[in-house]
Amino acid sequence: MSVIDQIARLGRGAIDSVTGLGRAGLMLWGAIAKVPRVRKGTPLLIKQLYVIGVQSMVIILVSGLFIGMVLALQGYNILVGFGTEDSLGPMVALSLLRELGPVVTALLFAGRAGSALTAEIGLMKSTEQLSSLEMMAIDPLRQVIAPRFWAGVISLPLLALMFTAVGIYGGHLVGVEWKGIDSGSFWSILQASVEWRQDIVNCLIKSLVFAVVVTWIALYRGYHVIPNPEGISRATTQTVVQSSLAVLALDFLLTAMMFGR
Amino acid sequence: MLTRKIELLVGLFILSGLMAFLVLVFNVANVEVKPGQSHYTLYAKFTNVGGLKVRSPVKVGGVVVGRVTKIGLDPDELVAVVELAMDKEYDQFPETSSLSILTSGLLGEQFLGLTPGFVMDDIGMLKDGDRIDDTHSALVLEDLIGQFLYSMKSKEN
Amino acid sequence: MSHQSLSHDNQAEGETKPMEQAPMEQAKPLVEISHLGFSRGTHVIYDDVSLTIPRGKVTAIMGPSGIGKTTLLKLIGGQLRPDKGVIKVDGIDVHQCNRGELFALRKRMSMLFQSGALFTDMNVFDNVAFALREHSELPEAIIRRIVLMKLEAVGLRGAAQMMPSELSGGMQRRAALARAIALEPELVLYDEPFAGQDPISMGVLVKLIRELSDALSLTSVVVSHDVQEVLGIADYVYVLADKKVIAHGTPAELRAADNPKLKQFIGGEPDGPVPFHFPAQDYQKEMLGERD
Repeated sequence: MSVIDQIARLGRGAIDSVTGLGRAGLMLWGAIAKVPRVRKGTPLLIKQLYVIGVQSMVIILVSGLFIGMVLALQGYNILVGFGTEDSLGPMVALSLLRELGPVVTALLFAGRAGSALTAEIGLMKSTEQLSSLEMMAIDPLRQVIAPRFWAGVISLPLLALMFTAVGIYGGHLVGVEWKGIDSGSFWSILQASVEWRQDIVNCLIKSLVFAVVVTWIALYRGYHVIPNPEGISRATTQTVVQSSLAVLALDFLLTAMMFGR
Repeated sequence: MLTRKIELLVGLFILSGLMAFLVLVFNVANVEVKPGQSHYTLYAKFTNVGGLKVRSPVKVGGVVVGRVTKIGLDPDELVAVVELAMDKEYDQFPETSSLSILTSGLLGEQFLGLTPGFVMDDIGMLKDGDRIDDTHSALVLEDLIGQFLYSMKSKEN
Repeated sequence: MSHQSLSHDNQAEGETKPMEQAPMEQAKPLVEISHLGFSRGTHVIYDDVSLTIPRGKVTAIMGPSGIGKTTLLKLIGGQLRPDKGVIKVDGIDVHQCNRGELFALRKRMSMLFQSGALFTDMNVFDNVAFALREHSELPEAIIRRIVLMKLEAVGLRGAAQMMPSELSGGMQRRAALARAIALEPELVLYDEPFAGQDPISMGVLVKLIRELSDALSLTSVVVSHDVQEVLGIADYVYVLADKKVIAHGTPAELRAADNPKLKQFIGGEPDGPVPFHFPAQDYQKEMLGERD
């Protein structure tokens, strides 16, 4: 009896997750697999770029600066023991480009913009604004979901680039200005070890993948929220938890594919 | 619906993203945008390239004159083949020049040192696609220590 | 006024045959619902409901809370799909349409949601202008005039530049009403327009619904449990209870009816044929911890 119950529960769980994936896929498909409307779509996209991108900039820039500085300080203390403090530049730059830039930006983005997206769309659903659009013969996927999705996909890679650039200057600040590494050797060794294809393109690919996943989860959680305050608060938490886990798991997968050879 | 302020800020946002990209590309990765004609290619064989990497510099007297673009293995001789992209600016190296793999500092990055050879009437300059025959492989620390221990032993005897 | 509909719509015991009545009518009813069945999971909400909504009249659908009155409006709007039965709006089966046809049909109707459902990120003016901007190619100057006219009609022209969060509940609903009539629909569905309103704004809404209906010759469907207000404005009333239509007629007829369920509802008595208790197993048994 109880074994059968367990099996049934397993089956139900499997069915639920497949249903969820299917609904999430349909939602995204419905939102983006349409000819974009340039005249009416552009203002919506710009507005969302403001809400999602511009408003996340401060936290991203400040975090980037501090993480770059901390990385340089810790790295310096270790490297100076081997007399190789000149390699601080590549250490900071490569850590930021390959891992911290895309990953930390995506995590901060999930917390800042992802949760806000879920809450906003959840609220629109529970106050019947989405229904209201439907009844006005306007597709909410197109009006509400699509601009937010594209804004997320455009914003996150840009934010990751800013984070990384600011982080490297943060490292420069600590390494060169404070710890007195020669500025010339900091940059020349850094430049010799960072490679366009291996490091910068991969950084962009990673942040693009994270952008799609985080924005998608946030939108799906909001769009299929249980329309009451408790449902919205749960969905917001779920957005942050699920997208953070997804980012970390995908990061391992991508790193293995890019650098695992 | 959209205020001018929002449009302006979004424009600035995208601009600073692009600026960060350009900083990373040109200042950090130091990608050189020069037309493809400004390089000529040389080849060299080494029995051991040690820690040499793609993009390692080629230096003459400390001046960077080119970079390693490819490291492969010759399938017949089973030795490393290194492809070098040399700046067109420096194209007056005689065919007798030699290449050695050197290390900056004790544990630093490895690079190629090019020593220009003697010039005689019947010796031409290196051209695109030429091979430098006179090469000195990387020093491998283990080999050095092995040799040192061996010579110590033979002294004792 | 609308006594004609009484003549062809029988008690909901399954005798309704709208197909036969349609040709008899000069003006076909705008909405015809026949043998509608709908359930959420295992919970049956409607079991064989049939009703018709005549053109140009205010038709009210009343019933106790939780009876699924909002669901009925969503079914008419094509947002939900019935398990069985047919809903026709102006002769078009709502649930056989493809998306394009459904959207074309929805442009001719509008819905006033219980919460107002104003778009929180734009001001009142833009809210009202929204559908016009989306669906018409009218120049902005004309849109502005239309919007101001609609806002004037609900008495909110002065609040055009305010955000929805700055409005009181009653004003929000009036703004939503202005938005609902912006495209001059043929059919307006009102979902609990009076719920949670103070007596003054309730009176304003009652007057507005009646006036708009007469002035624009709208067909209005009002779903509500506010008995007195509804009986005050409706031309014709259906009372839903127990998954069925239990009574229908003009307000005067309903007041005079002696159906006990109806009397309980209209009189607002706590217990009666519609039981106070949600169906449960035997009280004594459950308290003693027995299980059947």
